[in-house]
Amino acid sequence: MKRGIILWLLVLVLVVLLFALPIAIGDAAITSIGVYVLLFTGAAVAWNMFSGYTGYISLGQATYYGVGAYALALLCRSFNVPGGVGPFLLLPLCGLIAALFAVPLGWIALRTKRYAFVVMTIAIFFIMQLLAFNLPGLTSGPRGVLLPTPDWGPDVFDLPFYYVALAIFLLAAIVSWRVRRSKFGLDLLAIRDDEKRARSLGVPVGRYKLLAYILSAFFIGMVGAVVVYYAGLTTPEFAFNPSFDVSMAVIAFVGGIGTVLGPIVGGLLLGPLQQYLNLQFSSIAAGFELVLLGGLLLLIILLLPEGIVPSLQRLWLRWMVIRRQRSSAKLAAGKQHPDDTLLAESSRRAKG
Amino acid sequence: MYTQVIFEAIITGILTGGIYALMASGLTLIFGVMDIINIAQGILVIVGAYLSYVLSQYLHIDLFVGLLITMPALFLLGLLIEWAFIRRLKRNRIMLSILVTYAIALIIEGGLTMIFSPDLVTLNAPYVDASFPLPFIHYYLPEVYVFAFILAVILLGGLYFLLYRTKFGYGLRAAMQDRTAAMLIGINVERIQLITFGIGVALCAAGGMAYGATNAFNPASSYDLISRLLVIIVLGGMGSLAGALIGSVVLVTIGDLTAVIWSPVWSSVVFFMVLIILLLFRPQGIFGQSEGRTV
Repeated sequence: MKRGIILWLLVLVLVVLLFALPIAIGDAAITSIGVYVLLFTGAAVAWNMFSGYTGYISLGQATYYGVGAYALALLCRSFNVPGGVGPFLLLPLCGLIAALFAVPLGWIALRTKRYAFVVMTIAIFFIMQLLAFNLPGLTSGPRGVLLPTPDWGPDVFDLPFYYVALAIFLLAAIVSWRVRRSKFGLDLLAIRDDEKRARSLGVPVGRYKLLAYILSAFFIGMVGAVVVYYAGLTTPEFAFNPSFDVSMAVIAFVGGIGTVLGPIVGGLLLGPLQQYLNLQFSSIAAGFELVLLGGLLLLIILLLPEGIVPSLQRLWLRWMVIRRQRSSAKLAAGKQHPDDTLLAESSRRAKG
Repeated sequence: MYTQVIFEAIITGILTGGIYALMASGLTLIFGVMDIINIAQGILVIVGAYLSYVLSQYLHIDLFVGLLITMPALFLLGLLIEWAFIRRLKRNRIMLSILVTYAIALIIEGGLTMIFSPDLVTLNAPYVDASFPLPFIHYYLPEVYVFAFILAVILLGGLYFLLYRTKFGYGLRAAMQDRTAAMLIGINVERIQLITFGIGVALCAAGGMAYGATNAFNPASSYDLISRLLVIIVLGGMGSLAGALIGSVVLVTIGDLTAVIWSPVWSSVVFFMVLIILLLFRPQGIFGQSEGRTV
């Protein structure tokens, strides 16, 4: 109970900090990094909603980032939406379009399992990227589609984007948390742990997997739309970006896959770090930042193979047990107190 | 005229398919024995290509002779990667193996970019641009494709011999079928996994040389390569060598045919489409077992 309150306070402090950050610092470069960090973290949270909870590793969720990006660009072009708040109002529609694409694509991909599913999602991702190249009548091909320029001044240019990014991130986090707490989320975890048994216990396995897939696509589609509006242009390589694709999975994994907090922690740590490495080291020698990033990843995976959040949880639990052992030893003051009960308690909590 | 174009596309498709079969057989072998996806396979092919490039450019060693150096070198690199990283993955191997090998791929890609710059290079040898005429059909066959195909046949034949005619091969196939049972009858599965990874990576050296002689490449070529290789081995059925061979030849030929019949820009789309359509009807691939092993 007490631990729950501390956690809530931490979350509250984090949200307030995120709200205040751009105004407190007032540096456009920092705000711009903040926009990307929040968007990528939101995308990682959405990735985790499907892949983390169901255990089906998708390396093609960036398909919906691209679909969302093109949806916004094409909507703006065909309806002559002026720059300003208009495109922001179209964001939910872009998410819906991405979700609509996810229905047949997810149905096809989810017919396979394990590794075949991973490769299937990669194949779908590349097909969509190639379609963006090859259908110039719709997408203008490799030249890309320009988006309207926002009409607010350059001195506050990043701020609206920052708050929209924050809103999407918070929305994704809340939905992810509600899903995790619901029976639907529990069923998804059951699919992850033992799909056959979940099916035999009456979980509508196929429908729930697809539902989680679509939900994830909805948020990732909105993220893609914001990113291209911010960048001002969408091209096939930029919208269907393999490195963004993998980075969602990496962020979620580093934080702790399948947990609510994991992708958030991973994104808020890795995002700025990656930006820093890019800024600091890519000028020394092209490719050096990749070496550092890869080395860092290896280190995290080998040291914390479960991710940051689950590993910290375990440490916290161990610390609690030790503290209790000490206090109970003091209370008992010489009386025999079997350690077994504490160990049993700790193992029960670790499982529960 | 039209039939000749198609005929040419089929011939180059089969020859190029042989090159892809080299790289894909390493990947599928590693998957079959170790139950991991080696995302670094793409960049290791490029490492092989760059090694051949250095040997031929600076030491003037012929590309094919250079394989005597590059294949053992990559074999050792494979042993090192397996021993240092892959071996330590005990649980959640799908996700962890993808991430670890992706991280390794990033490091190698960064290193190669630092050393060689992102500029495209090609391998040079007298036979790279030469070609000889085929009888009857007025078609000039590029020599390097033929040589690379012969190399692929020899190496894959050697691999077949190793897997089906040696004691090591029996152990390897036993470990593929059931790891626990193989351990119980006294097979040193850890050692087999180590050597399998080495062999899989060593095949990248040959595949990389052949790839580099037929394509311009840079470190970023690895992304396209690994996605194609993964599609090939999933189409063939993961862990199946015959599947990798047939998958390579079929997919590359279909891609080439699309390029001449329809348009080159659609060749990759069709390449990926074939996989999706096939998996709709046969989720385990052509030669795959119907249900994934549960280990």
